[in-house]
Amino acid sequence: MPEPDRAVLGRRAEIVKALRRIVPGEGVIDHERELRAFESDGLTAYRQPPMVAVLPETTAQVVEVMRYCAANKVKVVPRGAGTSLSGGALPLADGVLLAMGKFNKILDVDVANRCVVAQPGVTNLGITHAVQGLGLYYAPDPSSQIACTIGGNVAENSGGVHCLKYGLTTNNVIGIEMVTIEGEIVRLGGKHFDAAGYDLLGVMVGSEGMLGVVTEVTVRILPKPPGARALLIGFSTVEGAGDCVADVIGGGIIPGGMEIMDRPAVAAAEAFVHAGYPLDCEALLIVELDGCEAEVDHLTAEVETIAERHGATSCRTSQSEAERLLFWAGRKAAFPAVGRISPDYYCMDGTIPRREIGRVLQQMKQMEARFGLRVANVFHAGDGNLHPLILYDANKPGELDRAEEFGSEILRLCVRVGGVLTGEHGVGIEKRDLMDTMFNEIDLNQQQRLKCAFDSDSLLNPGKVFPQLCRCAELGRMHVHAGKVAFPDLPRF
Amino acid sequence: MSLLEPSDAKQIAEMVSWVVAEGDTLEIVAGGTKRALGRPMKTDHVLDVSRLAGVVEYEAAELVLTAQPGEPLALINAELAKKRQILAFEPPDWRALLGAEGEQTLGGVIACNLAGSRRVRAGSARDYILGFSAVNGFGEIWKAGGKVVKNVTGYDMCKLQAGAYGTLSALTEVTIKVMPKPETACTVVLHGLADEVAIPVLANALNSPFEVSGAAHLPATAARRSKVSVVAAGLGAATVMRLEGPRPSVVYRTTALESLVGRGARLNEAETEAFWSEVGAVQPFLAQGSRIVWRLCPTPSQAPSVVHSILSALQSAEFYFDWGGGLIWLSLDSEEAGPDAGAGIVRPVVKTAGGHATLVVAPEAIRASVPVFEPLSAGLAQLTARVKSGFDPRGVLNPGRMQEGP
Repeated sequence: MPEPDRAVLGRRAEIVKALRRIVPGEGVIDHERELRAFESDGLTAYRQPPMVAVLPETTAQVVEVMRYCAANKVKVVPRGAGTSLSGGALPLADGVLLAMGKFNKILDVDVANRCVVAQPGVTNLGITHAVQGLGLYYAPDPSSQIACTIGGNVAENSGGVHCLKYGLTTNNVIGIEMVTIEGEIVRLGGKHFDAAGYDLLGVMVGSEGMLGVVTEVTVRILPKPPGARALLIGFSTVEGAGDCVADVIGGGIIPGGMEIMDRPAVAAAEAFVHAGYPLDCEALLIVELDGCEAEVDHLTAEVETIAERHGATSCRTSQSEAERLLFWAGRKAAFPAVGRISPDYYCMDGTIPRREIGRVLQQMKQMEARFGLRVANVFHAGDGNLHPLILYDANKPGELDRAEEFGSEILRLCVRVGGVLTGEHGVGIEKRDLMDTMFNEIDLNQQQRLKCAFDSDSLLNPGKVFPQLCRCAELGRMHVHAGKVAFPDLPRF
Repeated sequence: MSLLEPSDAKQIAEMVSWVVAEGDTLEIVAGGTKRALGRPMKTDHVLDVSRLAGVVEYEAAELVLTAQPGEPLALINAELAKKRQILAFEPPDWRALLGAEGEQTLGGVIACNLAGSRRVRAGSARDYILGFSAVNGFGEIWKAGGKVVKNVTGYDMCKLQAGAYGTLSALTEVTIKVMPKPETACTVVLHGLADEVAIPVLANALNSPFEVSGAAHLPATAARRSKVSVVAAGLGAATVMRLEGPRPSVVYRTTALESLVGRGARLNEAETEAFWSEVGAVQPFLAQGSRIVWRLCPTPSQAPSVVHSILSALQSAEFYFDWGGGLIWLSLDSEEAGPDAGAGIVRPVVKTAGGHATLVVAPEAIRASVPVFEPLSAGLAQLTARVKSGFDPRGVLNPGRMQEGP
C-alpha cells in the first residue's frame, strides 16, 4: 500500500474531532481495539486498521464527510459488509473508513416499474426478501449474498452462479445516487431505461469504490421462475465435462446455472454435505434449468441427451425441490468444505475461454507439483469463470507466499490463453500488480484518466486496482508533436 | 476538408495525431446511417472506418464474437444465423426513420447504444460489449475489457464507450456477447384497450413468470398503420406481448399469459417477426407529412399520463409505447411543434415523470439549436466534461455531437 502520510497521521485527533461534529455519538470510531473489527475484508491475508472509522446514517452526513476529507486531503475507503475477496475494502493507515452499514433500509418497492430502491447497506438477499412474497426476486446471487451489501455489489459488479442467464450486477442496477469526493450528490439513471449523456452508471458499477460513494441503489427485480430442476452429471475427464457444456450452449440452451467441480472439490463437498455426489468421476457438472414446467421438462431431456453423447459416467436429475437444493448444497458449501481438508485456502477468480479448460487444468496440475501445494477447482462452467482453491497452511513458513505465487501464476496463465484476471471478485489489492499482464501502460493510463475525472487528488480508495498511484496532471498532458504528422501511404481525398 | 479512409487501427492513430497537430476536428462514420442522429456537426475532416470490416473471431459455443467496427450488421446477423444465434438486444433499423441509406454497422449500433423491443428482457447494446480496442483523442491505441463473457478487471470502459456517439474514442475492434436464437416466437394481441389500461396490463405481463420479451401498446392510429393484418384489422388499439423460447414452452406460456391478461388474437412466428421489426423501425407507424419525432424514456408506469399531458398541449401528437411504457415514440406536426420542436412542452412533462427525452427526427437547424439529448444537471455536466477531457482533451472526436461545445 502507499506509504502513510505522516502529516495526516499527525492531525489524527483534529480529524476525529471534525468528523464527530459531522457524525455525532457512536458514529465515529477511533479506539484502536474497536478499529480492529475493520482491519480486513474477505481477503484476510491483508490487515490494516484504519486511522478512523465513520458510520454515517444520512446522505447529508456522507456529503459533509466527503467535503471535509476533500478539503483536508484525507483519504477515504468505502466499505459495505466487508466481504470482498480481493481486498477492495482494505483500510488505509492514514485514511477514513466510511462504513455504510447503517444505510440499511429498503426505500421503495415499485412493482409497476419492476424495481426496488434500497440504501446501499441492505444485503443482497434482503432485496429478494422484500419482494419474494410478490413472486419477484433480485437475480445476481454472489455466494456471500446473506451478508454482502448491494452497495458493495455495485462497487464490485458482483456475479453469482446465475449470471450467465440473468447478468451481473451491472445488468440489473438501473439507478444510483452517489456522492463524489467533493461532496456533490449525483444521480445516475433511475426507474427509467437508459439515461442522457455518458453511461456513468455503467462506469460506477465495478469501480471498486474509487470513483464515488453510493448512497442509494435502484435495482431491477424479476419474476421468479416457476420451477427449476438440477442435473448432476459425472464425467471421466474435465475436458469431457467442458465439451458437454460447449454443446449445451452451442445447442441454444442457456441454463440458469452450470457448474463444474473437479475430483478434489467433489470429494471435499461430499464429505461435508453428503449431497449424494458421485465420487468415481473426475469432474462433476451441475446444470440447473429453470422456467415453466414445460420448458424445464423439454430442456432436461435435451441436456440428458447431450450428456449421454459426451460419455457421461452418471446422470441424475433432481426429483423434488428438496433434492435440487441438496444438489446445490454441495456446490455452495465447496469453499467451507475445502476449508475442512486444509488449514487455509486461497481462492482465485480468473476467467478463460471455456475451450481452454483442459489445457489450463493440465498446467495447473504441473504447477501443483512445482509449488508443492494442492488445488481444488470449482468452476462457473457456463461463463468460463474458474475458482481454483489453493490449499495451504499459513502456520508453515513460506506456504502463504508460495500460495500467492501459485495464484499469480494461475492468473497469468488465464490471461495467456485469452482470458482475464478476475471474473467477479475484483482486482482490489490482490491482483493489482498483475494488471500489466492484461493491459499496457496506455490502457492503464486511460483508465487512470477516468479516475482523475471523478477524483483528481486520488483520495478515494487509493492503492487499489492500479499498480501505480494516479498522477492526474501528468496523465492529462497532451504531447502534440511539432510539425505535421504525415502518413504518406494513406489515400486522401 | 478531407476524407480519411484508414484500413487499420495504426492508421487511425496516425490520422488522429495529425488532426490534433493541425488543431482540426474529425467526424467518425462507417455506414453513415445514423449521421442524422444527434446534433449536426461541422468538422474539418471525416474519418470513414468502413474499411475496418470483417469478423475477426466467432466462437458460438463461447457466445463470443469479435469484429471490426465497419462490419455491416447484416453480415454479422447472417454469420450468427448459421449457428442459430442472435444479437439479443435486437438492434433496430432506423434507416427509414432517419432518411438514410447504406449499411448499418456494428460500430454505429454500439456508439449509439441502440436496442429494440427485447430491451425489457435482454438489455441494451451496452449490456453485450465485452471488450474493445479504440483510438482516443491523444491518438493512442488502447483497449479495455476482454474476450470472455465474465470479466471485472478494471473500470468497465465498455459501458462508457457504448452510447458515447464516438466522442471518446474511435472503435477499432469490438468483442460482443451473442445469444442463442429462440427456437420460436408468438405474440398475443389484445384489442381496444385505453392507454391507461394497457400500460398496467403490460406491467402485469412483464412481472409474470411467462418471460415476456416484448411489451408494446399501439393506440388505434398507430395500430391501423401496421402491415400485419391481425394488428391493423382490430379496429382499435393493440396491446402486444411477445413470447420466445423452445416450442413446448412458448405453447404453454402463450396460454398461461392469456389466462392472466385475457384472450385476444395471436400472431404466428412470421407475423411476430414482421410486427416487432415494425415496432423497432418506428417509421411504419408515423403519419405522412413533415413530422418531428421524439423518443421519450419515462418511468414506465407514468407513460399514459405523459402522453395525456402532451396531447393536451399539442393536438397533432401521435405516439406508441414500447418497453412496457418505458419507451414512447412521439411524433408531432412540424408546424405545430414550432421552432423548438415542442421541447418546451415535451421535456418538462417527461422530466416530471422521471425520465428523459431525445429529439430524434427534426431539421438540421432545429437539432443545432434545440438540445437533442436531455440537458444534464450542472454537476453531471461538469463531470461529463471532465470525462470527455480524459479521453479527448482537444475535442477532436465528433465534437458537439452530443451537446454543444467540444
